[in-house]
Amino acid sequence: MEILDLGLDILTWAAILIGCFFVIITGYGLLRFPDLYSRIHAGGMADTLASFLILGGLALQSGLTLVTVKLIFIIAFLFITSPTATYALAQATFVAGLKPRVDEGQLDDTPPTDKVEGGKD
Amino acid sequence: MRLISLICVTMAVWLLFSGIYTPLLIGFGVFSCILVALIARRMDVIDHEGLPVQLGANIVIYWAWLLWEIVKSNIDVAKCVLFPGKYLEQSMFTVKVSQKSDLGKVIYANSITLTPGTVTVDLHDDEVMVHALTRGTADGVKSGDMDRRVTKIMREE
Repeated sequence: MEILDLGLDILTWAAILIGCFFVIITGYGLLRFPDLYSRIHAGGMADTLASFLILGGLALQSGLTLVTVKLIFIIAFLFITSPTATYALAQATFVAGLKPRVDEGQLDDTPPTDKVEGGKD
Repeated sequence: MRLISLICVTMAVWLLFSGIYTPLLIGFGVFSCILVALIARRMDVIDHEGLPVQLGANIVIYWAWLLWEIVKSNIDVAKCVLFPGKYLEQSMFTVKVSQKSDLGKVIYANSITLTPGTVTVDLHDDEVMVHALTRGTADGVKSGDMDRRVTKIMREE
């Protein structure tokens, strides 16, 4: 049992530390990226893997109790609500008419300038 | 049928959240679950969208696959944050969606947004506009792998 507890502790530490690493990267990305659209991508990391890892690490630590179930419920709710919120933000930005920066070599697809008109209806 | 499964789901959530199993509290739980189910039926929200039991176990397999995709794309975006000069290559494009029902389209659009590096900006009739952070994540959406999987779990092939 000692070994099992030690293994659980190590797994918890690993999950929470990697989660914290992704949160730090998120903050750094929010400062570093050039425009709003790319910052949404950076924020998406804290929404998904970082929060899953931190809550999962806490669930490992609380064992087979109702607390674990509640943590898993939080993860499930985040799984559905966070993309909805991100979509609302991106859609509002797009409808307001902010054009994304498009890097060279990708212009051959659909020019986003035409599409901004279509999003306003 | 859906009414009974709604009562079962809400009752399970009640039991898992409460943690106090006395006859009085369980009785309150049964009463409020039935009340909620009756109100939901009167509001006419118990349909294939409000309670998608028809997806069954397929959606769980899809979530496991999606979780793995999220892990991979998180690593991609983290690399892009640390070395933007090398990886940052933003693009915006539209792809066709092959799902016909609204529920399938929403599952697909939300899955795109859930994987970091790609964000759904606009969802029209059968086209979805995607903003991608790097070339790798853009190619992932353009390959249509996720689209096929969502269509498969919706059984709309």
